[in-house]
Amino acid sequence: MVKDFSSEHPVGDVSPSQYKSEVRNLSFYYGSFSALKNINMMLHEKKVTALIGPSGCGKSTFLRCFNRMHDLYPGNRYMGDIILHPDNVNILSRSVDPIEVRMRISMVFQKPNPFPKSIYENVAYGLRVRGVRRRAILDEKVEDALRGAALWDEVKDRLHQLAYNLSGGQQQRLCIARALATDPEILLFDEPTSALDPIATASIEELIADLKDKVTILIVTHNMQQAARVSDYTAYMYLGEVIEFGVTDTIFIKPKNKQTEDYITGRFG
Amino acid sequence: MSDSDAQNLREVRAIIARHKLGDLIFLVTGLLVLMIAVLTFIALFSHMLIDGLPRLSWDFFTSFPSRRPGSAGILSAWVGTTLVMIVTAAAAVPLGVGAGIYLEEYAPKNILTEIIEINVTNLAGVPSIIYGLLALSLFVHQLGFGQSILSAGLALALLILPIVIVATREAIRAIPVTIREGAYALGATKWQTVSDHLLPYSAAGILTGIIIGLARAIGETAPIITIGALTFIAFLPPSPFKEEFPYISFEWLMAPFTVMPIQMFNWVSRPEEAFQVNAAAAGLVLVIMTLTMNALAIYLRYRMRKNLKW
Repeated sequence: MVKDFSSEHPVGDVSPSQYKSEVRNLSFYYGSFSALKNINMMLHEKKVTALIGPSGCGKSTFLRCFNRMHDLYPGNRYMGDIILHPDNVNILSRSVDPIEVRMRISMVFQKPNPFPKSIYENVAYGLRVRGVRRRAILDEKVEDALRGAALWDEVKDRLHQLAYNLSGGQQQRLCIARALATDPEILLFDEPTSALDPIATASIEELIADLKDKVTILIVTHNMQQAARVSDYTAYMYLGEVIEFGVTDTIFIKPKNKQTEDYITGRFG
Repeated sequence: MSDSDAQNLREVRAIIARHKLGDLIFLVTGLLVLMIAVLTFIALFSHMLIDGLPRLSWDFFTSFPSRRPGSAGILSAWVGTTLVMIVTAAAAVPLGVGAGIYLEEYAPKNILTEIIEINVTNLAGVPSIIYGLLALSLFVHQLGFGQSILSAGLALALLILPIVIVATREAIRAIPVTIREGAYALGATKWQTVSDHLLPYSAAGILTGIIIGLARAIGETAPIITIGALTFIAFLPPSPFKEEFPYISFEWLMAPFTVMPIQMFNWVSRPEEAFQVNAAAAGLVLVIMTLTMNALAIYLRYRMRKNLKW
């Protein structure tokens, strides 16, 4: 792990080019309820950043700001910026189309949610939405994505079978393949293993470790061991605020904040 | 075991026995009520079966009505019913499904859509003759469609519109939000999400609603009488197919017509016993049509939902 830009001093020491994204003064409201309060942090390019914290602390809400998922429901309001590099675009800006944001930033959900279509069509859907029609290109991209999600060998002979015939862990890897097929710049994971058994969980964690060479990853998890295993950076959130953000090893071994320490050692949670 | 323990046990058993009696009473009452409903249908159906079945023959389906009960048939009635149903489906399906999708996926939640929603639900309870009056003034007179298949089909389409809208909304609402979010997260627009996912996955439910709506419309008499369907008609509407270009014709839409329930109504009101037999036979055909449609709805729902499990 590269540690020379330890986020003990998150802003300033590192040239912005090493950040995939910067969150500046982000607040978020469900109606009048303030769910996120003035969040400032960054996502390091091609690293895994984990969001941990007790239930209701706003970690999923924060994650879902990155692909403007909150725009689907009325009464939600963002304040502040999420700057996406290299083009320095504020993806929360009203002038930015949420669909454009979702085309650059993919998401994997808590519960595997394959479409009731074939394995092939599931992976190809993101490409079809982007207007890809040529069979050869689709075939190639689908294979690449399935290989990327370590699922190709298991499904290559039954690409046209229904996705529901796969096991839970396979379905989640299919959802990862679906998210990868469109070459996203950031991949969001919302507690991706909470519905899976330990073996499937291990395979997903292994996959996340492999994927970070290609893509910047932001993962929400309520499993602290998982955060410690897969992430390079960790943010501890409580009541809509980021209490502590830094290199994962530091957060887990020598947290600076008493609250973080209490949560991590299990005295609170 | 001490005496007091044994005493307690006896008491507990007595309480359980009392509670189980409640179970039994409800079970028997439920069965009785169910029996009344089922037996009523069986009685009506078998009465019609006994009266009408001997009258059913190929000729019955291929003959026009006649003054002589023995040679009277339901040709114009079943052709009329079929054509009216085609118009009803063609009008009610796009309107109803479209309205359902709009209300469920597009409409903002405000006072206006609230009012529309309450109205849609209330429309299902409006007596069918009111639809007939509306159709008489709007379709027959104002729009000048006359006493035609088109007017009748549109009147019945209005009647079943609420059924189709409600079925569409419920079928779409049954799709889990995670599927919707999955599509949006890949960058799909609203329409892409609707047409690629929501519509295909809710097709079974929507189709069921459409068929149940049509099964209701097929037996409707009041609105059809109101707009002036003929009770005695001895010719068929012009064929929709033509020898010369453009090969299809819509003249039949403007033709006068009769439908099954009106044919029945006509025969029932005759004094001769033989016409009562004709009415029973026509009723049998109508009930079989309705039951077939309902069976089709159940089958389709089963077939198409087999691949959907969330």
